[in-house]
Amino acid sequence: MNVLVCVKRVPAVAGKIMLTADAQEIDTRYLGFTISPHEECAVEEAVRLVAAHGGSGVVLTLGPPAATEQLRDAMALGLDRAVLLETDGREWDPMATAAAIVDAVRAERAAGVEYDLLLFGNEAADTGDYQVGIRVAHALDRPCVTGVKALEVRDGRVVAKREASGGWEIFEVALPAVLTVKEGLNLPRYPSLPGRLRAKKKAIEQIAPQRSGGGLEKARLKPPKERGGQVEILGRGPEAAARAVEIFRALGVL
Amino acid sequence: MILGVAEHERGRLNERSLEVLTLGRRLAHRLGLPLHAVLVGADAEPLVARLAPYGVAVAHLVQHERLDEYAPAAWAQGLVGIIEAERPQAVLAAGTDRGNEVMAHVAARMALPMAANCTEVEPGERYRVTRLRWGGSLLEESWLGGTVKLLTVAPQAVPAEEAPVLAPAAVKPVTPALAEGDLRVRVTARIEATRGGISLTDARVVVSGGRGVGSPEGFKALEELASLLRGAVGCSRVVTSQGWRPHADQVGQTGTRVAPELYIACGISGAIQHLVGCKGAKRILAINTDPEAPMVARADYAIIGDLHAIIPALNAEIRKANADQPPR
Ligand SMILES: Cc1cc2nc3c(=O)[nH]c(=O)nc-3n(C[C@H](O)[C@H](O)[C@H](O)COP(=O)(O)OP(=O)(O)OC[C@H]3O[C@@H](n4cnc5c(N)ncnc54)[C@H](O)[C@@H]3O)c2cc1C
Repeated sequence: MNVLVCVKRVPAVAGKIMLTADAQEIDTRYLGFTISPHEECAVEEAVRLVAAHGGSGVVLTLGPPAATEQLRDAMALGLDRAVLLETDGREWDPMATAAAIVDAVRAERAAGVEYDLLLFGNEAADTGDYQVGIRVAHALDRPCVTGVKALEVRDGRVVAKREASGGWEIFEVALPAVLTVKEGLNLPRYPSLPGRLRAKKKAIEQIAPQRSGGGLEKARLKPPKERGGQVEILGRGPEAAARAVEIFRALGVL
Repeated sequence: MILGVAEHERGRLNERSLEVLTLGRRLAHRLGLPLHAVLVGADAEPLVARLAPYGVAVAHLVQHERLDEYAPAAWAQGLVGIIEAERPQAVLAAGTDRGNEVMAHVAARMALPMAANCTEVEPGERYRVTRLRWGGSLLEESWLGGTVKLLTVAPQAVPAEEAPVLAPAAVKPVTPALAEGDLRVRVTARIEATRGGISLTDARVVVSGGRGVGSPEGFKALEELASLLRGAVGCSRVVTSQGWRPHADQVGQTGTRVAPELYIACGISGAIQHLVGCKGAKRILAINTDPEAPMVARADYAIIGDLHAIIPALNAEIRKANADQPPR
């Protein structure tokens, strides 16, 4: 089966997030880049599905030229090809992003490549738009299951599970289909050295996408209100236990 | 008119819907428009009475024999029918898995933009919305266009607030025109979680462990602390990616959001993606060797030192306290 995985390059933020002076972006001077944990699971799942069912796995991103780093990372894990929908680095909203991905999938189809499965992260780590996968599925007239945390492909169908209040919801759809997945689907592997070397040599197909659609436009970023309050240090080491228990009592949790 | 989507699961209202209707009512009031609500699927009619105190003038009930089970595209088609017939200025749903999913389907069908997880909404030719980025570690101010404004409301961004009831909500049943394609994706089965144990989202106390716990066995002492406090065990992402605990226990941006009375963070540095998962806690106690850890700075209380010595001491102290005093 042929699987296409869509990922997005985002800054690897950990500590306090610093903004650029114009409040348009995160200051990335001292940061690395990565993809969302959901997308790491999508890449891992694609590698596993192709290993189990044959076919080929392709990774695609819409982003700046530097996003080749994320494409190579995905190929190092075992994906066969990579496609970059190259932008000048400015943000595309979910409608425009989805339209460009749809164009790319149609172009691949015209070139004879049909995808049985399109995998997306449930939402990108940064913008959290929750809609690119669904928009792509609608345009291509394919069923779309979101929030997938377990899946199985059998006899041209995919059974997908997602968490719901108090348990799991099961969906069963025929291929070709679109799935947006969540972290917890699998434990992503680390790239091997031979994998990295192989990925380095592979060409990345570049496409200049047409920007169309849109309608959600970022004005600026700002930090949220901080959790206020002074920290009370109860002590150092085990002797703080008695004071902690007093506090548990006062809070009514004991 | 402003349209609020009231999400329910076979007759059980999702409380987030009341937050959506509260924001919807404020918006409607500012614009001098009525607030309508929509409920999709079976068993919804008894819920109309619960919506009326939120200022709902008309409740649209989307009913269809094939809507006995959740089907995102069919729910969306039901909404599209109402939007086309009634032309609301804005449609609001909850920023839940279902709310975001159904609204994205509506947006795709109507070729409209949509803003997910908004915390503030300013009406206008284009709406100025504030919404969550990085799961809430940052906020984004954006312009939302489109002939109908589609947006979802971030959970807990707007506290649910009742208003005086002027008249009971009118009920308007609608039968959507569904195509076979709208029902390709639909819940075909459910697995109920095995009962017993307190779920992370409901727990009054959450005891979470991070890399500092060191191993799966290290969680035994945390399990004991949680059980002494009748709470649940959570963890950081490092712990799940090491395979020490299942992903269902993960607290944070890509895990569960918790809102307990007390959150005890053991050996967790307090990365921003973890903090967004526990900032809903009333009180935070951090146990960490590093007094400079962000988790300590954000906490109400902290114990500085090795959790492997501190947690057993805490457990012993609680047992002693319980022995001194008869259980409640
Ligand atoms: C898009 C994205 C989403 C993410 N989502 C999540 C998420 O949902 N949840 C999440 O948790 N993380 C998430 N992360 C990861 C996050 O950035 C951090 O990497 C992670 O939270 C760190 O886990 P930790 O605090 O357990 O480990 P570390 O950062 O390694 O911290 C360990 C802490 O333990 C302390 N310590 C060590 N030994 C001891 C000891 N013996 N006693 C007491 N203290 C000790 C140390 O001082 C340190 O503060 C996400 C990251 C990204 C990029």
